[in-house]
Amino acid sequence: MATAEATAEDFGAMAGYNESIVRKFTIAATFWGVVGFAAGVLIALQLAFPVLNFDLEWLSFGRLRPVHTSAVIFAFGGNVLFATSFYVVQRTCRAPLFGGPALAGFVFWAYQLFIVMAALGYVLGITQGKEYAEPEWFVDLWLTVLWVVYLVIFLGTLLTRREPHIYVANWFFLAFIVTVAVLHLVNNATVPVSFTGAKSYTLWSGVQDALTQWWYAHNAVGFFLTAGFLGIMYYFVPKQVNRPIYSYRLSVVHFWSLIFLYIWAGPHHLHYTALPDWAQTLGMAFSVMLWMPSWGGMINGLMTLSGAWDRLRTDPILKLLVVSVAFYGMSTFEGPVMSIKAVNSLSHYTDWTIGHVHSGALGWVAFVSFGAIYYLVPRLWQRERLYSIRLVNTHFWIATIGIVFYITSMWVSGIMQGLMWRTYDALGFLEYSFVETVEAMHPYYLIRAFGGILFLIGSLIMVYNLWQTVRGRIRDEKPFGVPVRDREDG
Amino acid sequence: MFIKHSTIETKPLLLLVLIIITISIGGLVEIVPLYTVETTIERVEGVRPYTPLEQAGRNIYVREGCYLCHSQMIRPFRDEVERYGHYSLAAESMYDHPFQWGSKRTGPDLARVGGKYSNDWHVAHMINPRALVPESIMPGYPFLMRELAADDMRAHLETLRMIGVPYSDDMVENAAADLAAQADPDGDHDSLLARYPKAVVGDFDGDPSRLSEMDALLAYLQMLGTLVDFADANPANLTQ
Repeated sequence: MATAEATAEDFGAMAGYNESIVRKFTIAATFWGVVGFAAGVLIALQLAFPVLNFDLEWLSFGRLRPVHTSAVIFAFGGNVLFATSFYVVQRTCRAPLFGGPALAGFVFWAYQLFIVMAALGYVLGITQGKEYAEPEWFVDLWLTVLWVVYLVIFLGTLLTRREPHIYVANWFFLAFIVTVAVLHLVNNATVPVSFTGAKSYTLWSGVQDALTQWWYAHNAVGFFLTAGFLGIMYYFVPKQVNRPIYSYRLSVVHFWSLIFLYIWAGPHHLHYTALPDWAQTLGMAFSVMLWMPSWGGMINGLMTLSGAWDRLRTDPILKLLVVSVAFYGMSTFEGPVMSIKAVNSLSHYTDWTIGHVHSGALGWVAFVSFGAIYYLVPRLWQRERLYSIRLVNTHFWIATIGIVFYITSMWVSGIMQGLMWRTYDALGFLEYSFVETVEAMHPYYLIRAFGGILFLIGSLIMVYNLWQTVRGRIRDEKPFGVPVRDREDG
Repeated sequence: MFIKHSTIETKPLLLLVLIIITISIGGLVEIVPLYTVETTIERVEGVRPYTPLEQAGRNIYVREGCYLCHSQMIRPFRDEVERYGHYSLAAESMYDHPFQWGSKRTGPDLARVGGKYSNDWHVAHMINPRALVPESIMPGYPFLMRELAADDMRAHLETLRMIGVPYSDDMVENAAADLAAQADPDGDHDSLLARYPKAVVGDFDGDPSRLSEMDALLAYLQMLGTLVDFADANPANLTQ
């Protein structure tokens, strides 16, 4: 009820929670999300129509691809993680952010500066040449400084909490913050050529650099895009459905096994390469084992809806959250399958990998983020409810259809290209030249770009809806089942 | 366990320490032996540090994000070996900072592209890929014809030596001279080749009057995968 909501908000104000920083990070997340999705659409179209590279260095695929990946992972995903972790840690600890508004404000502006420095660098050709770790040494140092401050704020808030126990969402946020720090420091160990120039050389080389890189990159997925977002799931799903988490015991088991097993899985990115076999086999074995704790998280999220499944009919925000967990389950099943060496011999180097990443990134990470943002905005700006619940439903369906186009086209193109590369004719010669396999990809690249455009349109609908909400408008619309905020879940 | 979970979840610093221990094990077990087990890098002859021009070209390869569409890692499968050549060895990238094995083949593997196409073909292909391969989706790189800015290659070699690439004093001293000589048809190729066997020399971009980014990139591409002579390699030395 509106009254219940007002009480909760008053409580927030009385407790001195820093809501302003959560508002800032929410705005930044929404903005960078649209930028990242748009960059993705552009580079998807470049693969279908190479003329869109315009023969200009600043617009070529090789420089824009890191702009896309960094914008969605670090700019969109990162700002969502800052917003939600700061919101959740204050409420579940019943304590304001440690260090006060100044420290949190520093982290906000420092992180936006990091994003801008990294992106400008890519466009200008300043890169370390390691996937998802492209920023050069001076940008890495800046990120290290602000990340330490982030850890101090988060840990300080946990230490000054007024709740006896640390809520499970915060275990995941803490594991995310600490592990990302370790990964970042080791993988980005470089020696600059000069302290006045941007260029540096990675300390590691060849096979050791390869494993260090994929240990980093796989766990950027495992801890940035999984552990952090599981923290979001553990707070926002129970809040939206107004029920406690399904199983405390499962959350304990799945937390420790997830963070222990994830770290081992990196070598599955290097199957059949010059990495020694023993390391490949270890990576495969642990990747298959990882299926279990991943599904432990999925089960804990989905079963929280036990007895409340009917709410999916009437609450599109819950629909986003639940479908995100379903995509999480699907991606974390597909991942172990692709890590099996026999499967990987076909899937590696193809679009299948790209499709797999996007079922996780669009279906899981972006959907759980959208759900959290839709939950947060009316509360942060103290509005009665969202401008339009129906538009949330429209966003959900356009984006879901976009994802389906995206991942099915990449399955087909990836498996097809993998098979074409290894096809022999009756005389024992390779059937296809490489460029014939490139040509065969064209229709699927068009379908993929179309899926991406749908996803981008969905996010623009969200921006409009959030903007109207912040302005205090309420759309005159037929109620969607029972309006979401007219329930007792305040 | 000796510690109750209720204890862990009421003590943030204990939780922090246990997380760090839990996430450290896998990485240590997998990465540290790569530095200690000697057979990780195969014992083959011929792998040498890059010439200053090749290294400058490699830096352009990194700068343009070529690794995002081209792998440099041939897997030991019949179709890959027939398409690209002998499967890649760890030894062949031992001086690569960073490694450029790649993870996606939007374009073909380049681990052994050296010597497969002429310099003229490469120049025309870089300027407009579709002029030679109509179905290609590679971006055009006409801007690589601009002058190479690499007057500090000596500092680059010194930095690489600091992190383990065996550049000799002689190589470092002659960095600038070697850079200029490699793409100059009239340059001192003998001393360059003494320092860097199998380096490809001569004008690359069709304009001997100046040193372009294209010269550097082609010097790098034309040596890729050519250093190890597999006819001479003892198969026992290829096992890891």
